[in-house]
Amino acid sequence: MSLWSQTLQFLISGLSMGAVYALIALGFSIIYNATGIVNFAQGEFVMLGALIAISLLTAAHLPLPLAFLCSVVAVTVVAALVERIALRRLRAAGVLVLIIATVGVSMVLRGGAMLVWGKDHVAMRPFSAPETLHLGGVTILTQSLWVIAITLAVMVGLQLFYGRAQVGKAMRATAINREGAALMGISPDAMVFWSFALSGALGATAGILIAPIHMAAYNMGTMLGLKGFCAAIVGGLGSSVGGIAGGFALGVLEALGVGFAPTGYSGYRDAFAFAILLLVLFIRPTGILGARASRGA
Amino acid sequence: MSVSNARLRMVAVGAVAALVAALPFLLRNEYYVSIAIFVGINAIVAIGLNLLMGYAGQVSLGHAAFIALGAYTSAILTTRTGLSPWLAMPAAVAMASLISAIIGVPALRLHGHYLAMATLGFGMIVSIVIAEWVSLTGGTSGLVDIPRLSLAGMVLDSDTKYYYLVWACVAGSLLLSYNIVNSRVGRALRAVHTSEVAAATCGVNIARTKLQVFVLSAGLAGLAGSLYAHQLQFVGPGHTFGFGFSIELVVIVVFGGLATIWGAIVGAGVVTVLGEYLRPAGDLDVMVFGLILVLLLMFMPRGLVHGLASMARRLRREP
Repeated sequence: MSLWSQTLQFLISGLSMGAVYALIALGFSIIYNATGIVNFAQGEFVMLGALIAISLLTAAHLPLPLAFLCSVVAVTVVAALVERIALRRLRAAGVLVLIIATVGVSMVLRGGAMLVWGKDHVAMRPFSAPETLHLGGVTILTQSLWVIAITLAVMVGLQLFYGRAQVGKAMRATAINREGAALMGISPDAMVFWSFALSGALGATAGILIAPIHMAAYNMGTMLGLKGFCAAIVGGLGSSVGGIAGGFALGVLEALGVGFAPTGYSGYRDAFAFAILLLVLFIRPTGILGARASRGA
Repeated sequence: MSVSNARLRMVAVGAVAALVAALPFLLRNEYYVSIAIFVGINAIVAIGLNLLMGYAGQVSLGHAAFIALGAYTSAILTTRTGLSPWLAMPAAVAMASLISAIIGVPALRLHGHYLAMATLGFGMIVSIVIAEWVSLTGGTSGLVDIPRLSLAGMVLDSDTKYYYLVWACVAGSLLLSYNIVNSRVGRALRAVHTSEVAAATCGVNIARTKLQVFVLSAGLAGLAGSLYAHQLQFVGPGHTFGFGFSIELVVIVVFGGLATIWGAIVGAGVVTVLGEYLRPAGDLDVMVFGLILVLLLMFMPRGLVHGLASMARRLRREP
């Protein structure tokens, strides 16, 4: 295979992985904008989305679009419940306690998923046949194209939501200035609730899209969540455009980095994203597109 | 504090010290004593992490990496260069402290929770590197034949002997923490906790104070790692050096109560023993710890020690 077609192949798999990171990063940013916290349960929303969709497909024999939709709705409800039951009571306790609480929530969701689905990895069939396309020496997974296309559609939808819908506009106002928005009659509590619901929906979408490429299991959320978090930081936590750019950049860099790494170094694959995270934190801590961070004394 | 209160405290400290000293004889079982050793090792880490979370208001999501740095520094120096374990131990502490300073300087310059993110990324990298850098760390097969510690010509070859060494280190860490909390640094930290602006106006260098506590907590984790390596005589990639354990350490601190130094020992005791019971049942411990964490934050935000004490007070007041 020529270097060119090899690069193209890595690029496409990187873009599809990057699309998934971008969806997860958006979830982090939406909650960060409403609350100022980092939601470490984001990865578990991804895992739940994948496993619920697989169960609906294989056990309930629902058609794919319906299973997709039901799974997204289910995870949206879970995310909203997490906010309403556990996190709302802790709002007064401060950011540190809230962040630790989301870590606790992620452990509960992961353990619960293990009880329900067991420890086995389960496969999901790709959205369409044939599984691969051959274009002039380049092999492409059709699922990669689905991932990229649906992610782009979701982003357009999100743009419309923020621009047209009342709730979307209110969420933007809260992100810009929480007190100002509250004075205009926008309930901060309602915004936190909607931000969790929206993040749950985005996480579930990411999980369903990636499940046919990588196997799904109860513990898949940890690494995907952390990678999505890296993407959010790289792009600038709180910035939607930044999260999307960060996600795609991370996916492509990771795919090229692993693809062209000398043999014997592929085990470092997962370390790559975190090395980029540290690099960004130390050089430009607000991310590529984020606002300026305030410096301490 | 009134005189009777101070005396009460002395009695309580004496009673706990006597209990810790008598424990190996009460347990009469090497397996239980070995668990008590791990409780002590985890308590050392938790005491440092408690200072960081409770007093500096920063969280580390990668403290297991500093345990790993301490353990591997001890393991590599003693097995490869034949260095005495007693010299490897301070080297382990120095290594963990040095690396933590390299991470802490840029991360703590900024407001917000950048330290949590940086330690998280760093912790993931360390756990991957120890599995992959085979020529240095032995990869997945790890490093074996790490020598035991010996004291005045006596090799600490039984769990009971090692138990006393570990708990002496716990006592030392406790003393150190108490002195820090009641020193200039401790007062500065409390001032920062109340108001960063006011503290800065009074001449507190906030970033440097936080950095000092972070480096100290990493140093204690390095010490714990070294003690761990010489106890097991083996290090390899696994639970103790991964992200999951970093989170377990946070659970220990929250369990014991933020800014409650004693609480770190209680938290380490409960979580370590509970983990030992639950782990054979698969990854169920993760869910139980998660539930404990969320419920404690919701109903006993100051931790178990404070929570039970205030519950007892309420019961006494309402006959």
